[in-house]
Amino acid sequence: MNKILLIAKREFLSRVQKKTFLLTTIGLPLIIFVFYGMIIYFSVKTTDNYKIAVADNANIFNGKLFNKDNEIVFEFVHTPLTELQKDLATDKYDAYLFVPATYVIEGKDTLQFRSNKAMGIMTRDKIQTRINKALEEKRLMGLNISKSQLDSLQQEKETINFTSANGKTENETKVGVSYAVGMISGFMIYIILFIYGTMVMRGVMEEKVNRIAEVIISSVKPFQLMMGKITGIGTVGLVQFIIWIVLVFGVQFGIAMLFPDLVGHMQGQPIQPAGMQAAQAMKNSGALTGLMEGLNTINFPLIIGCFIFYFIGGYLLYSSLFAAVGSAVNEDPQDAQSLLLPITMPIVFGMVIMMKAVNDPNSSLAIFGSLFPLTSPIVMMARVAHGVPEGVSYLQLVLSMVFLILGFLGTTWVAAKIYRIGILMYGKKATWKEMIKWTFRNN
Amino acid sequence: MEKILELQHLKKYYATQKAVDDISFSIEKGSIFGLLGPNGAGKTTLLRMITGIFYPDSGIINLDGKVFDPLNDILKIGYMPEERGLYKKMKIGEQALYLAQLKGLSKSEAMEKIKFWFKRLEMESWWNKKVEDLSKGMSQKLQFVITVLHEPKLIILDEPFSGLDPVNANLIKDEIHGLAQRGCTVIFSTHRMEQVEEICDHIVLINLGQKILDGTVANVKQQFKENKFRIQLAEIPQNLVSSSFELVEQKEKQLTVKINEGSRSNDVLAFFLQQNINIESFNEILPSLNEIFIHLVEDTKSTTRAFQTINA
Repeated sequence: MNKILLIAKREFLSRVQKKTFLLTTIGLPLIIFVFYGMIIYFSVKTTDNYKIAVADNANIFNGKLFNKDNEIVFEFVHTPLTELQKDLATDKYDAYLFVPATYVIEGKDTLQFRSNKAMGIMTRDKIQTRINKALEEKRLMGLNISKSQLDSLQQEKETINFTSANGKTENETKVGVSYAVGMISGFMIYIILFIYGTMVMRGVMEEKVNRIAEVIISSVKPFQLMMGKITGIGTVGLVQFIIWIVLVFGVQFGIAMLFPDLVGHMQGQPIQPAGMQAAQAMKNSGALTGLMEGLNTINFPLIIGCFIFYFIGGYLLYSSLFAAVGSAVNEDPQDAQSLLLPITMPIVFGMVIMMKAVNDPNSSLAIFGSLFPLTSPIVMMARVAHGVPEGVSYLQLVLSMVFLILGFLGTTWVAAKIYRIGILMYGKKATWKEMIKWTFRNN
Repeated sequence: MEKILELQHLKKYYATQKAVDDISFSIEKGSIFGLLGPNGAGKTTLLRMITGIFYPDSGIINLDGKVFDPLNDILKIGYMPEERGLYKKMKIGEQALYLAQLKGLSKSEAMEKIKFWFKRLEMESWWNKKVEDLSKGMSQKLQFVITVLHEPKLIILDEPFSGLDPVNANLIKDEIHGLAQRGCTVIFSTHRMEQVEEICDHIVLINLGQKILDGTVANVKQQFKENKFRIQLAEIPQNLVSSSFELVEQKEKQLTVKINEGSRSNDVLAFFLQQNINIESFNEILPSLNEIFIHLVEDTKSTTRAFQTINA
């Protein structure tokens, strides 16, 4: 046991102390965040004192447009269109809004808005909201409805409750959020299995190529060497993930500090501009509160707990197989490709089943996929995201966990047999047939 | 003498061949033991069983008077395999420390012993270098230090001199002798017979998984001698025909003769003395281990052709 720790420590330190680790763990996400940050910054940047000349020839605004702050200033003018264009060219105004004298508010006419340079999304959005609001009030007035009447009307909107069989309320946004959470966590496990599995395989191959395997095997059991390697690299993975999570929250916080007015637009989806727009759209339709409610109904402690369990379980299950393949090949990485196929297939299948399960968590395919230990780490995350017991019953969750532990013990047992022989073989690579023979050999 | 290692009827069969087929021998404490054999004879399998990497199918291994326990006896054994290497990217000091700790030494113990050996072999300046910066000979030296660092009772060296220049080879040779004098037992596996003759006290030759020769170097030579003698004479006599010997070769005034069965070396001397010829030197030609080796291995029909070319 002590020796496993010793080996794990070396594996961990030798990877963490490398410059590439720092680069991929801290540098890469930072670069991505800075990149996104720049995109967001430039797309939402507002110019101070954006002066807009309003030539309200039809007098639809009654000479007043809400000037909330200094960002956008509306100025009512009575200049003809040609004069406005000149003002635009001389930068007297940044933009103008021309309302033709013939404009009728109930009609289908359009207003002309022209600016001398491109605007940020935020600026455009603010201008549009203000003009629309003014126009809306005007229209309501035309229908003899007062603002307070409208407000009470909107509050009395009928809501439909979608209820699942066990009586728990489910709204549409919650299903959407579950879908996203399931998809993301399933996909993350898929990536983890590949990245760290391959890392274990490379480590084993390195030991074979450097011919150090036998030197070490004379001091420790092959099983200890394999488990030490797996534990060490697994710890690297966990540390890397924790750093990433801290970074995500840190950067999110940082962005909030840098652009305080953005936060309202970015709740929930801080990263992509596209997401931001979606959030904005939802805000307008009042869906953001629904999203927040959806997020609140998701049992995050359960999901995070399951994620960590399936992350560790799936990693342990597959990494020993990857180690076995690494021990069976030699210098040539292409040899590994063909041997890897039987291992990567179930991972890819798991991904495919997960895509289905996230839509329909209780289909028989999803149930099978989430119980079968080779696919369960990926598929179960999709089902757990829908909640227990809506997406998956307690019995199935427990069964799946038990199967995963059994599966992990099984693959480790098989892999250890292959590993202890493969690690001492030099020259040709082994075939699957030989490797299966090795598992039945006594020692 | 006390035995450090005793093998009794050791067997290890693979699907296609008998790698080790009923081998028994014992090694005395403090001796330098040569394990010889052509490629594929089963040497590596045998050594892997002695080091606990493989388990024998049947047979008994006794280490230091007790049944060998692969898990707990690791500290008593130092094994330098033929296929050896080190982590290229790791610093040499850290690497030695790591490998010593894997053997079961505590960190402080390991540190102390590394310092001792590094100083002894003038490797102190290497501490912060990486293995990839070392020459092949230097890394061999490091490998040797790592093998003997924990002062094992039994040291197993598989081809320890490959890649070493004569100066470093002598250095290691002296260390091997020194270790043997301090009570360590050395098992020495090699193809290079001149080194075996020079270093080993006792040898065992195996081929096709079986032991075909066992004894001290001197005994083995006696056993395989062909009763040949080399005689340096002041002048060549007219008559060279005798019932006691046959002439094998004549080079100027030097004769090589083979003594016939039933005769003794004194009969040959008497033959020349009777003719009143001055004998300048007279000595027995003992076969080299190399000759014995080739002779025996060819008899048992093995992969000798591959072996002979490696004779360098």
